[in-house]
Amino acid sequence: MPETRDYDDIPGTIVFDGRRSRRGYALNKFLMSLNQPANREAFRAGEGAYLDQFALDGEQRDAVLRREWLRLIELGGNVYYTYKLAACDGMTFQDLAGEQTGMSAEGFAQMMADGGRSPEGNRRRADWEGR
Amino acid sequence: MARLVGGVACSHVPAVGAAIDKGRTGEPYWAPYFAKLEPARAWIAEARPDVCIVVYNDHANAFSLEVIPTFALGLADEFPPADEGYGPRPVPIVRGHPELAWHLAESLIMDEFDLTLVNEMNVDHGLTVPLSVMFGQPAAWPTRVIPLCVNVVQYPPPTGQRCHRLGQAIRRAIDAFEGDERVVVFGTGGMSHQLQGERAGLINVDFDTRFLDGLVADPEAIAAIPHVEYLREAGSEGIELVMWLVMRGALGAGVREVYRATHVPTSNTHNGLLVLEDA
Repeated sequence: MPETRDYDDIPGTIVFDGRRSRRGYALNKFLMSLNQPANREAFRAGEGAYLDQFALDGEQRDAVLRREWLRLIELGGNVYYTYKLAACDGMTFQDLAGEQTGMSAEGFAQMMADGGRSPEGNRRRADWEGR
Repeated sequence: MARLVGGVACSHVPAVGAAIDKGRTGEPYWAPYFAKLEPARAWIAEARPDVCIVVYNDHANAFSLEVIPTFALGLADEFPPADEGYGPRPVPIVRGHPELAWHLAESLIMDEFDLTLVNEMNVDHGLTVPLSVMFGQPAAWPTRVIPLCVNVVQYPPPTGQRCHRLGQAIRRAIDAFEGDERVVVFGTGGMSHQLQGERAGLINVDFDTRFLDGLVADPEAIAAIPHVEYLREAGSEGIELVMWLVMRGALGAGVREVYRATHVPTSNTHNGLLVLEDA
């Protein structure tokens, strides 16, 4: 596989391609397990012990325990898988999306209500230089 | 002969399903969106489909990263709503149409579309939200459903061109089916939205409008949109729009736009709804 892709130039966007899928396989396996009610209960009862069943690396494990949502995506978590953990905490998808932007929940909700983030100034990494 | 009576394109935002399930459709945030659904609901009530082929993507429920089929066709008698991590939606079980589904399998594979065939699967919001959008909250869905899953979660999804051609092959299969079923094809997902990364929240009404106009009038041009353009212009999850091309391919070269509605925002998404019939 080539080192870089034509979409790597899109700022703030982590495409779930083969690079991320390989990195995040065990992490996503853990996240997928939360589809089972019994597993959600077991996870809530003891997060560390539950995570021991999966081959997460230290960074991924810390990001789960600390609920570092953008970091989870950077470490190979897919957003739909990651949402299962967020839902476990009672978050909406808008909460999860907003958390990754560094905005407050209210600020993100207001931006969406106002029509969302414009593509203007958000198409290429160069657009974000100096931010 | 089975007959295609129309095509529906429809976003499949989970929050729309939650608003219906929790009785919140009359709230100020939701009421303007739900009011826009009425003409489409009236159309499908009159179209009376016996079976809907719903093109959608699974979101880590029926499939995981263990096996990732690019195209997967549901052959079962019924498909239960999935527990997506917060309990299943309180919606009726989805009843399949194994006779037409198996006919599609044979026809499409012999037509060189190498489908994955699925005898047991649950169905998530990607399929059930479009049913709720079009049919509301009946005690039982008034149509049988054939799920056709497209991978758009693990990059790369199939190309727009491939999706368009799959739709054309679905039409050939419908036309050759020896039954009197009335069929509607749904393409779901989209329009512009991005759920991940620091650019989350992207909405591009101009791109979506061009996409809708082109989907109606010049689908070959829309089918040629490269993945990077979807990602950049419609957001990382906006690439789901390739699934609308399957629906468009099932219709003829010339179509009549019966109804179009858009709404921003529904949660994080520029929501689209389009009803087409053959011209």
